Amino acid sequence: MTAGTQMIAVTSNAERHRSRLPRWYRRREASILSFSGLAAFVIIWQVAAQIGQLDFTFFFASPTGIIEAASKEVQLPRFWDDVATSAWELLAGSGVALGLGVPIGLAIGWYRRVGFMFDPWLNFFNALPRIALLPLLVLWLGLGTEMKIAAVSLGAFFSIVVPTAQGVKTVDRNLLDVGRSMDASQGRIFTSIVLPATVPYIISGIRIAIGRGLIGVVVAEFYAQTKGIGVIIVKSQQALNSDRMLFGIILFTISGILLSYATSLLERRFQKWRPGQDMEE
Amino acid sequence: MTSAPATQDLALSARGVRMEYLDRGTRERFVAIDSLDLDIKQGEFVTIVGPSGCGKSTFVKLVNGLLSATEGEILVRSVAKGKSDAMVFQDSALFPWYKIIDNVSYGLVCAGVSKKQAHERAMPLIKLVGLGGFENKYPYQLSGGMQQRANLARALCVDPAILLMDEPFAALDAQTREVMQAELLRIWRGAEAEGGARKTVLFITHQIEEAVFLSDRVIVMSARPGRIMEDIRIDLPRPRDLHVKRTPEFQEYQEQIWQLIASQLKAAASQFGGSTE
Repeated sequence: MTAGTQMIAVTSNAERHRSRLPRWYRRREASILSFSGLAAFVIIWQVAAQIGQLDFTFFFASPTGIIEAASKEVQLPRFWDDVATSAWELLAGSGVALGLGVPIGLAIGWYRRVGFMFDPWLNFFNALPRIALLPLLVLWLGLGTEMKIAAVSLGAFFSIVVPTAQGVKTVDRNLLDVGRSMDASQGRIFTSIVLPATVPYIISGIRIAIGRGLIGVVVAEFYAQTKGIGVIIVKSQQALNSDRMLFGIILFTISGILLSYATSLLERRFQKWRPGQDMEE
Repeated sequence: MTSAPATQDLALSARGVRMEYLDRGTRERFVAIDSLDLDIKQGEFVTIVGPSGCGKSTFVKLVNGLLSATEGEILVRSVAKGKSDAMVFQDSALFPWYKIIDNVSYGLVCAGVSKKQAHERAMPLIKLVGLGGFENKYPYQLSGGMQQRANLARALCVDPAILLMDEPFAALDAQTREVMQAELLRIWRGAEAEGGARKTVLFITHQIEEAVFLSDRVIVMSARPGRIMEDIRIDLPRPRDLHVKRTPEFQEYQEQIWQLIASQLKAAASQFGGSTE
C-alpha cells in the first residue's frame, strides 16, 4: 500500500435522514404527496375564483361552481340520456374497432401476402387525418348515433390493427420451432403460440384506442350536435356557462380513466405469465 | 466408421448430407455441411463437437425436420409408440404463458392426447428432472437451470426414440452447467428404468469437457464446411460422476479432441490472415 493513502467511508447516511419521518408516512409517501398536489391545486383555484371579480368566474369556473352545476345536471333526465348516448357511441365504436381490428391484424401479421395487400391502405389511412372524413360520414350515415359510432371506430381501428400485426410478426422464432418440432398443426401453432404472444400487443393497442375513440366521440358530437356529453359542452359554451362546460369535460376524463383502469384489469387477467405480475404468488 | 452395424440396431443413419445456405446479405451461397455420413446405434449417447459455425446445430435441425437438406438423406428409426425424435432447445424455449406442466405435456397435447391424460403422463417426468412441486409455476419463476430441466422433460414426455439436444447448457453458468451434466446422465438412466429401452441421445456442444463426460462417442467436426474429422469412442466406465473429470484418461481424451479442434482454428485464422496466437 502506498504511504499516505486514506480510507474513505462510502456508506451512505441517507438511511438515517429518512428514518426521522414517521413510519406510517414513509410507507404511503407517494400517494400522500400526489393527493396533496391535487388538493393544493383545487384549493388555490377555488380561492382565486372567490377573490377574483365577477367577470373572472364568467370565463373561469370554480370547483364549487362545477359541483353546483353537476348537482343540477344529474337531476335532469336529458342529462342521463346524453350520458347513455355518449357511452353507447364509445362502446359500440370500440367494439367494432376491436372486432374488426384484431382479426384483420392477425391476418396481416400471419399471412405475408395479406400483409402486402393491406400495407398501402394502412399507410394511407395512417397519414390521413381521419377527422377530415367526418363530413363524408355525415353524408353516408346522417347526424345520428350511427355516424358517431363510425367516427369512433375509425379512430380506434388503426391503433388496434397496427400493433396486432406487429405482435404476430415478432413472435419468437424459437417458440415456433418448438411447435413445429412437436408436429403441431397450423391451427394449434396459431392458438397456442401466435395468439398468446400477441395478446400484450393487442392490449397496448386497446390502451391507445381508448384515447382515439374518446376523441372520436367528442369531435363527432361537436360536429353534429344531436345528443351526448359533447353537446352539453358546446351548448354550455354558447350559454357562457363554464361551470357546466367543465363538468362535461370532467365526465369525458373520468370515462377515460375508468376505461384505462378496465384495460389494466384485462392486462392482469391475460398476462399472469409475465414477470412483474403477482410476483409473490 | 469401419464396419456398418446391422440396420435394425440403428437409431439414426445419415448419408451424404449436404446443406447449403443462401446469405441474404451478400446473395452468396455457402456450404454449412458437406458429405456427412453418420450412424448412431440405439441407446448410444453421441456428441458432436466442433468450432462455432461448423454446422452442428444445423445438423440436429435437419434430423428434427425443422430444416431440409440440400442433398443426402437422414433416416430416423420410426417407432410404434411415442415420437421418433424430440428436441431439447438451446435457450429453454419454454412457452412463457404456460405453466410448467402445460409446457412439459405440450407434445402430447399436440399428438391428440387429452389434457388430463397428458398431465398425468407429464408428472413422473417433472419429478424425474427434479421439478416436483414446480409444475404450476410459470417459466419466469424458475432459474435458468430449472428452465432447462423443464425443457428436457418436455422432450422426454413424447417418449422419443432419439433425443436431440442442441447446446442445451450453453446459457448456464459454469457451476449450474456441471450440475446439469451430472443430472442429465442421472435422468438418462432414470428414463431407462422407467421406459425400458435406453434412449438414444444426439448432443451438440462446443465444450470438449462436456462432450467427453457425457458421451459414448464424440464426433469432431471441421470448420465450415462441416465435415466429420474424427469419430472417437469414449471408453470411460458408467455410471459416471463428476470425479471422472479428474482422471488421466479423461484428460487424455480432452487433449486429443482439443488438438483436432485447435488445428481447425489455426487453419481458419491463417485463412483470414490473422495470427495463430
